[in-house]
Amino acid sequence: MNEKIRTILKEHGRLTVDANTIDDNADLYQAGMTSHSSVNVMLALEGGFDVEFPDRMLKRAVFESVAAIRAAIEELTAA
Amino acid sequence: MAEALQRPRWLPAVGIDLVQVCDVQQALSQHGDVYLKRLYTSDEIEYSRRSASEMPRRLAARFAAKEATLKVLRPTGHWLDWRLIEVTRTEHGHCEIELHGAAAALADEQGIGALSVSFSHENDLAVAVVMGLRHRSEDRKS
Repeated sequence: MNEKIRTILKEHGRLTVDANTIDDNADLYQAGMTSHSSVNVMLALEGGFDVEFPDRMLKRAVFESVAAIRAAIEELTAA
Repeated sequence: MAEALQRPRWLPAVGIDLVQVCDVQQALSQHGDVYLKRLYTSDEIEYSRRSASEMPRRLAARFAAKEATLKVLRPTGHWLDWRLIEVTRTEHGHCEIELHGAAAALADEQGIGALSVSFSHENDLAVAVVMGLRHRSEDRKS
């Protein structure tokens, strides 16, 4: 799952660092992700994992790191 | 003299956001209608579509305005649905911010009595500044 998340971050996150090597807990916003690119990441995650982020998960903390995104996807796919 | 020393009853609140037009172009190419319908109202989409060449720039300006408005409204916890913050156009072509649902309720809660927006574009960048007037909290309680 991490690899897929990193691929999506690489393609949509506009990070200034390599998405393949960024630490799981590194702050993606500090790494260059903007508010608009976080939307692109969210839509790509929805398409890639066949999930939809509910309103309660639309917050900065859900998309701020690889680990946080993984936790959110795991919660959505477990439901 | 005493009148001159009175504190203003309204305080300015400012938000600004900058969006790269190429990011919007990429989002349109990759996510199409899903992107449009998640972020923009039907009127915003209809206006932006009137010019295919201007569409990404118009959308970028509108997204910047929505984010700038969020910086004025300062929601805690969840983001607001971007469609609850709408850029509307007057009959003379000026743009205004219209709030709906939870965004309007948040503005009321925070004493935001008025919003004004200004845009600028340059090459690949769109910027929006939103100015709000916030009623002093001590005045709101009285």
